[in-house]
Amino acid sequence: MVNENLVKDVVKEPYKYGFVTDIETEKIEKGLNEDIIKIISQKKEEPKFLLDFRLKAFRKWQKMKEPEWAELGYKKIDYQDIIYYSAPKQKEKISSLDEVDPKLLETFDKLGIPLTEQKKLTNVAVDAVFDSVSIATTFREELAEHGVIFCSISEAVKNHPDLIEKYLGTVVPASDNYFAALNSAVFSDGSFVYIPKGVACPMDLSSYFRINSGDSGQFERTLIIAEESSSVSYLEGCTAPMFDTNTLHAAVVELIALDDASIKYSTVQNWYAGDEEGIGGIFNFVTKRGKCLGKRSKISWSQVETGSAITWKYPSCLLLGEESVGEFYSVALTNNLQQADTGTKMIHIGPKTKSTIVSKGISAGNSKNSYRGLVRMGTKATGSRNYSQCDSMLIGDQASANTFPYIKSQQPNSEIEHEASTCRISEDQLFYLQSRGIEFEEAVSMMVSGFCRDVFNQLPMEFAAEADKLLALKLEGSIG
Amino acid sequence: MQSKMKESDPILEVENLSASTDNLPILKGVSLTVYPGEIHAIMGRNGCGKSTLSKIIAGHPSYNITNGDIKFLGENINSLEPEERSQSGIFLGFQYPIEIPGVSNLEFLRVSTNARRKFLNKEELDTFDFEELVKEKLEIVKMDHAFLSRSVNQGFSGGEKKRNEILQMALLEPKIAILDETDSGLDIDALRIVASGIKKISNAQTGIILITHYQRLLDEIKPNYVHVMSDGQIIKTGESDLALELEEKGYEWTDNFIRET
Repeated sequence: MVNENLVKDVVKEPYKYGFVTDIETEKIEKGLNEDIIKIISQKKEEPKFLLDFRLKAFRKWQKMKEPEWAELGYKKIDYQDIIYYSAPKQKEKISSLDEVDPKLLETFDKLGIPLTEQKKLTNVAVDAVFDSVSIATTFREELAEHGVIFCSISEAVKNHPDLIEKYLGTVVPASDNYFAALNSAVFSDGSFVYIPKGVACPMDLSSYFRINSGDSGQFERTLIIAEESSSVSYLEGCTAPMFDTNTLHAAVVELIALDDASIKYSTVQNWYAGDEEGIGGIFNFVTKRGKCLGKRSKISWSQVETGSAITWKYPSCLLLGEESVGEFYSVALTNNLQQADTGTKMIHIGPKTKSTIVSKGISAGNSKNSYRGLVRMGTKATGSRNYSQCDSMLIGDQASANTFPYIKSQQPNSEIEHEASTCRISEDQLFYLQSRGIEFEEAVSMMVSGFCRDVFNQLPMEFAAEADKLLALKLEGSIG
Repeated sequence: MQSKMKESDPILEVENLSASTDNLPILKGVSLTVYPGEIHAIMGRNGCGKSTLSKIIAGHPSYNITNGDIKFLGENINSLEPEERSQSGIFLGFQYPIEIPGVSNLEFLRVSTNARRKFLNKEELDTFDFEELVKEKLEIVKMDHAFLSRSVNQGFSGGEKKRNEILQMALLEPKIAILDETDSGLDIDALRIVASGIKKISNAQTGIILITHYQRLLDEIKPNYVHVMSDGQIIKTGESDLALELEEKGYEWTDNFIRET
């Protein structure tokens, strides 16, 4: 006998990363026009090709329309009311971490990302991005010994302009979509990774994105290139302070894998989600795409999306190389009034390409959680296969879940398999666990992490533990 | 023997208990006292309130106690959470054990066992030590180790689910076990395994309430008392031969008791 009323709305656990760092920042005026773009480019001392790239993107963006097809409802964004460049004031040239403002180091310390030599994480190199700029990147020398380049994209523009010019915008062209065009015009910083031929990157690489100021948008850009027979595992984390206004985050991530290369890209997204009434929170409009250019190359996305007021995100794979492999493993948790429209695109172009999609959506409170995915088999994708599994879990009776799988096949000699399910945490299940001495909240979190197991198994170890804790935290004090 | 038992304090006292769900009265003044070492059987037609009684003792949130008390080891537990009741030693064996996809049986059993051990101020067991303990207990219900790596009750046969319940009872070592139709859906071999498991786990310090429709479980585990429930009340209490009489004469026979009362 299930009394649905007892499984009530979810109450939000206070967001622990909601603090603001009080630091003097250098901001440019609000608004967006060609002059603003020129100022950004100038501040970053960029070569002309990049300014041209930005201006071209801006002109395209002006002619584009904000997409409305997603299952999302929000107040129109005023793009002239956003600051497009905000950076903590620092000394002109920083040669070592000792010169970084201690307040910034403290901020990352508080976020669990220590950067200083004594405290830095031992098994992972970190690029820390604060508002529009990269603050520090650890383990650079060690990585350089292996020929691995790991730095902010601004530095890459200065030090490796040839690579930037060759690859930037080749996976996500500026005209790809509204938010990608906007990012291409105004992107401020982000990470750059280059793994040379035959090198297995000796440690995990990680970027940590921190939004600090309330009125500026964050537009980071990440580019990862894995040369022939190389491999890398890259992790991305994000948090932001609590503001009662919405902050726009429009990132672009491009991955390129050549013959026999593999890239594993994992995200734990915990941007501020807004309060119980839906006030504030990050608008997260992100374009992430990987190109399996080489034969037998592999790109694997795994994401745990728990934050943001709005998530609009479809990490995708273009499978060009013969026998290349694309993977997408996703957990998206929405609570209160959060909205997520997320999924993936697997575009099979080359023959014998393979893709796997495992998506787990959890909706609690009054939230809305949609999976949207496209699997396309092109004319040459003979012998290609896709397997998709999309499961939704509902907590309480006010939340909603949707699944929109799009399948387009132009190749009869290919296989597409799709499975979907929806379940609800029932009062009977909770009572069963409780009647075995397991506390209510632990019971919920056991069931949620059980539901997500297939995805958590794909995450790097430390990340899996963090993700598990994060989900438990997000649902703490929740139903009941 | 009987009088000797009663020298100790009761484990469970249900006193004039009335309860409802969605304003519908289900229990209408049930009283029942269980002393250490006693086995009680509760029989009655479907819908007479016997399953409800077991759920209320375990703390199911769908029912409201409208009158009366439940005391466990002398303390009123009316307002305790289900997990607190379990930790302190009340066990409910479910008539229909619930499937929990994605949660491994082993981990579930370990967390559950540790919750009870913590209450008893015993050391909590890590995965390795727990494996040792559970191996020993699997013997009692003749279950294969492979059950542990599956999701809780998912895809288990009826008999496997019931044995999994008894395994949990063996691990939790409760003071009192209420077994709700643990015999239903079992073939005769499974019934014997379950019955011998229950006997092995219980001792002179524990109490057992068997909720059943059938004599066959009571052939295996002889109760000290048999209670007949009807329309939310215990209408007759007797010794083990009451069950035999009931089997012979059917529940229609008990309808007369209602008229008597």
